[in-house]
Amino acid sequence: MKVRVNVTLKPGVLDPQGAAVRHSLGALGFDGVNKVRQGKVIELDLNQNDPEKAKSQVENMCEKLLANTVIENYSVEIL
Amino acid sequence: MRAAVIQFPGSNCDRDMAVALNKFCSEKKPAQMVWHKESGLPKNLDLVAIPGGFSFGDYLRCGAIAARSPIMHAVIDFAKKGGFVLGVCNGFQVLTESGLLPGALMRNSNLKFVCKNIKLNVETSSSNFTSCYSKNEIIDTPIAHHDGNYNADQNTLDELKNEDRIAFSYVNNPNGSMNNIAGILSNNRRVLGMMPHPERLNDPMLGGLDGNRLFQSLSESLVTS
Repeated sequence: MKVRVNVTLKPGVLDPQGAAVRHSLGALGFDGVNKVRQGKVIELDLNQNDPEKAKSQVENMCEKLLANTVIENYSVEIL
Repeated sequence: MRAAVIQFPGSNCDRDMAVALNKFCSEKKPAQMVWHKESGLPKNLDLVAIPGGFSFGDYLRCGAIAARSPIMHAVIDFAKKGGFVLGVCNGFQVLTESGLLPGALMRNSNLKFVCKNIKLNVETSSSNFTSCYSKNEIIDTPIAHHDGNYNADQNTLDELKNEDRIAFSYVNNPNGSMNNIAGILSNNRRVLGMMPHPERLNDPMLGGLDGNRLFQSLSESLVTS
């Protein structure tokens, strides 16, 4: 079973990389971009075929390694 | 002082750290290098030092993979029993990732790798790491990092301030750190994490001895305790 994890910075945590991307988009003529937040996508291929179990296993992985919950939020999506 | 230096793949300040520590270790018992795959620490240690570098290539997040290495279980255990732990630069990142220190170190706000000598303010002299400095003394130290931007929630920042756990702050903030934080202490004041490199300023030939006093503080506190 394939699972996708989206890791994003928590609201309120300053994202200097996102700000630099927004600035660069402006320089390319893309107007009207109010804000850019950058995150990561992690895709996993698991032996587990039960979506419920896969989700809880990956949530556990997020808590322990894939996300730093001090500054990041995560969401788990079964593909 | 009996000390160990943890080595991860990508550590690059490990031998500098050992040289700095060995000024205060006996010749017969110099600082021991411990590979991250070990499951235990040498016996009768006073201090575990986690050096700077780019452990595991900074993959995922700086210090994230190293913080889950086998040896870190032993280091966390050692810290919980009251052992001294010093994390410098990548070592500080490993300490926040492992939960031994609060907060997180993010990408520098100007997105640049900063490598230069800077001024630090000693925020507290009441710790075993900083007793040889005076409070509010301005000292020199080198910094060299891309991810030193200290971030924590307001409660944590208040707690650090109220409990006098900010060890060092930047005079001119080079990386966007909240409250200009350069180094913090744990609850029991025995774990110190800092971005600047005291081990790189421990000899007049390197430009001064301001970093050396950190190791001297530890060594003196161990003799008197």
